This record gives sequence, C-alpha cells and structure tokens, in this order.
Amino acid sequence: MNTPLNSFRNQPDDRGHFGQFGGRYVAETLMPLVLDLEREYRAAQADPAFQAEFDDLLEHYVGRPSPLYFAPRLTEELGGAQVWFKRDELNHTGAHKINNCIGQILLAIRMGKTRIIAETGAGQHGVATATVCARFGLPCVIYMGATDVARQAPNVFRMKLLGAEVIPVTSGGATLKDAMNEGLRDWVANVHDTFYIIGTAAGPHPYPEMVRNFQSVIGKEARAQMLSRVGRLPDLLIACIGGGSNALGLFHPFLDDADVKMLGVEAAGHGLDGDQHAASLLGGTPGVLHGNRTYLLQDEDGQITEGHSISAGLDYPGIGPEHAWLKESGRVDYTAVTDDEALEGFQLLCRTEGIIPALEPAHAIAAVAKVAPTLPKDSIVLMNLCGRGDKDIFTVAEKLGVEL
Amino acid sequence: MTRLSTTFAVRHPALVCFITAGDGDTAANLDALVEAGADVIELGMPFTDPMADGPAIQSANLRSLGAGTTTADVLRYATDFRARHPDVPLVLMGYANPMVRRGPEWFAQAAAEAGVDGVICVDIPPEEDDALGPALRAKGIAPIRLATPTTDVARLPQVLEGSAGFIYYVSVAGITGKQQAVLASIEEAVARFKASTDLPIAVGFGVRTPEQAAAIARVADGVVVGSALVEICGEYGAHAPAKLRELTQALANAVHTARQEIAQ
Repeated sequence: MNTPLNSFRNQPDDRGHFGQFGGRYVAETLMPLVLDLEREYRAAQADPAFQAEFDDLLEHYVGRPSPLYFAPRLTEELGGAQVWFKRDELNHTGAHKINNCIGQILLAIRMGKTRIIAETGAGQHGVATATVCARFGLPCVIYMGATDVARQAPNVFRMKLLGAEVIPVTSGGATLKDAMNEGLRDWVANVHDTFYIIGTAAGPHPYPEMVRNFQSVIGKEARAQMLSRVGRLPDLLIACIGGGSNALGLFHPFLDDADVKMLGVEAAGHGLDGDQHAASLLGGTPGVLHGNRTYLLQDEDGQITEGHSISAGLDYPGIGPEHAWLKESGRVDYTAVTDDEALEGFQLLCRTEGIIPALEPAHAIAAVAKVAPTLPKDSIVLMNLCGRGDKDIFTVAEKLGVEL
Repeated sequence: MTRLSTTFAVRHPALVCFITAGDGDTAANLDALVEAGADVIELGMPFTDPMADGPAIQSANLRSLGAGTTTADVLRYATDFRARHPDVPLVLMGYANPMVRRGPEWFAQAAAEAGVDGVICVDIPPEEDDALGPALRAKGIAPIRLATPTTDVARLPQVLEGSAGFIYYVSVAGITGKQQAVLASIEEAVARFKASTDLPIAVGFGVRTPEQAAAIARVADGVVVGSALVEICGEYGAHAPAKLRELTQALANAVHTARQEIAQ
C-alpha cells in the first residue's frame, strides 16, 4: 500500500519518535545493540526470503489467516451494529502474541543470537516465546512477576513443558513492569549472545515499530477478509490495550481509511477515579520508562505507580508510544472498562457465541456491548478477539464465587 | 574551572563515592564519606524502576521510597550538603523519569540552585540528549555520560559530544554491584578514551575492596564505589556513618597512594 505524506501510517521517524513519544531511552550498554537490532531489522524487511519464511510459519505453524467471524447471537442481543470478530484466539498458543514471536525469533536467528529472554504478564507472551524457542531449539528464559506466577499457574506450567526456565520476579509489585525491569537487567548483562523478545509494541525503538509490523498481519487479513465478505470496510474497530500490540496490529492497516473509526479499550480496574486501574492513556501522564517516552501511571515525582486490572495482561503502567501519539493526534479514541464490566463481557460472549475469551479481550467485548446498541443495524463493528480464556477460568471462577 | 575539574586536577586519582539519597541519615552518611576522603559524591535519586541496578542498589531505592523520599527531599539533601561542603563536587545520579517529570528546565534550575555540579542519567543516551542535556548545559551543570564495554570506536565521538565533568566508564556490561572487569580491559578502554578526550575517566561497577580500587586507580583518573557503600547503609541503618567512614578511609588511602606505589 502506498502511504501518502500526510499518512497516519508512516510513523515513527528515523529516530524512533512518534511525535514526542517513543525514542530510545536505554542505558549506554544497550544502545549499540538497539542500533544493531534496527540495522538487522531493516535488512530483514528488505529481504524477501525473511518475509517468505515469516509468512510460511504463520500459515502452517500458527494457522493463519485467522477467521473473520460474524457473531449473530451477540449482534441480536445487543440490538445495534453487526458485531464481527477477528479470531486471533484461534492461533496456535491461543492468542495474537505468537505472530510477533515468530518474527522476532527469525530475526534473532538471523543475528546469530543463541539465547532468548522475554517478560510476560498474563503468560501468553511467555508461552508464545517458549513455543517458538522450542520450535527452533533455542534456550529460553522467561521473567514473570511472582504475583502473576501465582494467578496464571496454567501458563507457567505450559512454559515449563515447552522447556523454558520461568524466573519469578519479586521486586516492586511483582507484576509485568517488574518482569520487564528484570528482562532489561538480563539483557544488559548478556548482550553478546542474547535476544530480548519484547511482547508488546513498547520498549526502545525499533521494538514498537517492529512489533506493530509483525502484528499488522491481523489488520491486513481483516481488511481483505472484510472487503471480500461484505464488500466494504467496517465502521468501527475495537481492541483492548495493555501495551497495545493487538490493537495496533488491527488498527494500523486501517489508519488511512478515514471512514473507519477506532476505539482502544484500557483496563479501568476498580474505576478511573481511584488509583486501582491500568489506564495509562486515560488516567496517566507522559514520562519515560522501559526505553520509551509514553503515557505512564506515575506520581508527581515521576515514580511509577502500580496499575491494577483483573487481567494480568493489561496490568502495566505504560502503553506503546504509538498509541500515545494516536491519542494526541485524535485518530483513535480511547475508553476504559472496569473489572466488573469485563467479567460481564466475558460471560456474555460465552453465553451468546460459545466462545470463552481471555480477560483481556473481555474488556473489548464490554466496550462492544456499550457501543453497538448505539449504532444503526447496518453498521459494522469489528473487534479483535485476541486471546482465548482457558488460562483465566480460575480467576473468573474466584470472582464469581465458584469453587472448582 | 569547575568544582569537578579542580578536584580531578588536585586529587588524582580521585575517589568517587555513591549512596542513595533518603536511605538512612543521608546528611550524616555524606559527611562520613567526605570526612573519610571521598573526593566526589554521587547522590542517587531513588526511582521505582532502577533497571540498570543490581539487588543492592535496587533495595536502597525501595528503602528510600518506602521512607517517603521525594524529589524535594533529594534537592534539600544537595542544598544542605553544598552549605556544609562548599568545595566537594556533588553529582546527582538516577533515571530519566524523575528528572524530566516537571520538565528538564525545572530540574536543571532546581539542581543548579542546590549547588549540584553534574548529572548522570542512566537511561538518556546521546541519541536522546534533547530530553535533558541542553537544559543542564544552560545552567552550567555537567551532563556526565556513561561509556561501556559496548561503546565502540565508531560510537565514542557521539558519547563524548556534549559530555562534561568526567566520563563514567562502566567497566562491566551488566548491572551494578556484580562481577568486576578484567583489569587489562579497563586499561585498554581508558587508553582508548584518553586518545579522544581531555575529560577525566572514572571507572566503576563491581569495585568493592581497596585492592580493586588501587588497581583501577593506577590506570584511571577516578574510581567509583557504589554498591559496597550502599550495602553498608542497608545493613547498619542509623549506625552506617561509622562503617562508611571505615571503608571509605581504606578506599581513599588505596586510591590516593596507588600511583606512589608504582613510582617506588
């Protein structure tokens, strides 16, 4: 696709900046590596063989393209817009995370790296990373907050089955941000042989751009599938946002389609009025963390505050820098839904469509349930169903007061 | 001449001592360091996410924040230090977010008023200098850059450009407080930097004992000790000053006499 000069799709600039956001705020030890990674990524982008291997693995190993599904009973229940899902929960490993991991491990191998590290929150990125490491025979260390290790036990076991070493991180609040700190500490001490597979569209440049591009397969497929199935583009795209990679993957190929509106859904936890939420855009302010300038949950002195969400995958006090830019540019709207609303969305999808979603996209479902009834019946809402809920049934059972 | 350049000219090689602000009795700890022979003070600004630091300094950051330390407190420690020690260079060291939270100009102004001579920001590399560097230079505060084993010849000019005060050579590719680098690699790196800059080169990361400090002092302009001092603050709390004095005295003797031993 051609991108015109005034495109929303030509970010970041050559220094990795999305407007005032993004960049490369890393320690000097990592800077040469980050520059090297960018060079290698550019070379890979220009190499048809790299793209061909990526496409082949996505088709035959991941199971792409993922289906585009019209949800008739949910549409009927909501009584407004037609609701469609991009079924990325049907991917191998059960979420969109694997798309990015395939891309990054191919890059790691291309760079001659022999050891893989990653951070994980809900465990989906950890599982996806452990999976590609098993597939390519590389040793794998996953950093996971001790709190998340406890609330995502099934995924911890999956990672171990796949041969990964899972290291619980006990510093700070022992969640995703602390796991990322520990990942960066590992990387800085093992720069010669280690590739850090970052799981979301955040971190130092080129990660936000690279992860977005690997995930853009979601939006490219959805765009083509929509045109072929209904002959037009959707009116509204909806996706949940922690770091924001599934949302960018869906949104980015549509950014220059002026008639397509977009809504990113953050985790409001117990509500935006207190501090028990993980809505960096709606409840945060710009700052610098984990290699990029972006919206953060922080206090007046710039100390990072602990986010809260029922979903371990959204429980991060920052957000990908491109979302920060898309918010300020006005191209994408952002909203937030609470833990309770997400739980209702979770059950709504189970009941109406026979699909158990992950708690992350359950937030997006809650937003669909609010928005769809306000739209005409001939309008189309397309939501990224970015993960399945097997991993979350214990959390949900506990919240619903059910003993398993 | 600045306090930093004067110090490195007179006390050569120099002992640079790091502690985290707000971890114990900061004023008493700082006085102990200076009275025992520290030539330059690095005062750590606590941060919730010290991602380049090992367990010792991570814990110090958490202790300090747990005790309620604010940016205003850090600046007050600096102001009071300057009043008590008019000639000892004081450098603030920390992470970008607390430094830029109220804007780089605000921070540079506040640091200048507090009598701060230099600032080391771990996660602002030369590529992002705009985020803080111009504001510091406008107030006469030295932006002190880090150089590392991964800083190659091609990259060195960019690191040196806009640096002032001294160059902090992080001798180990890793986090603070861990293993020590091989001396030969330090000597080679310092020689490489010396060929490109007149700035003093201070070497740190993993320096814990007077013997290690002396060995580095023979090849560098300064030796930075952090984690070993911070561990004392953690272990002894209110009783840290006496222990800090003990270790700093031994380190200072070792550093200040290192080159005399060569001469003999």
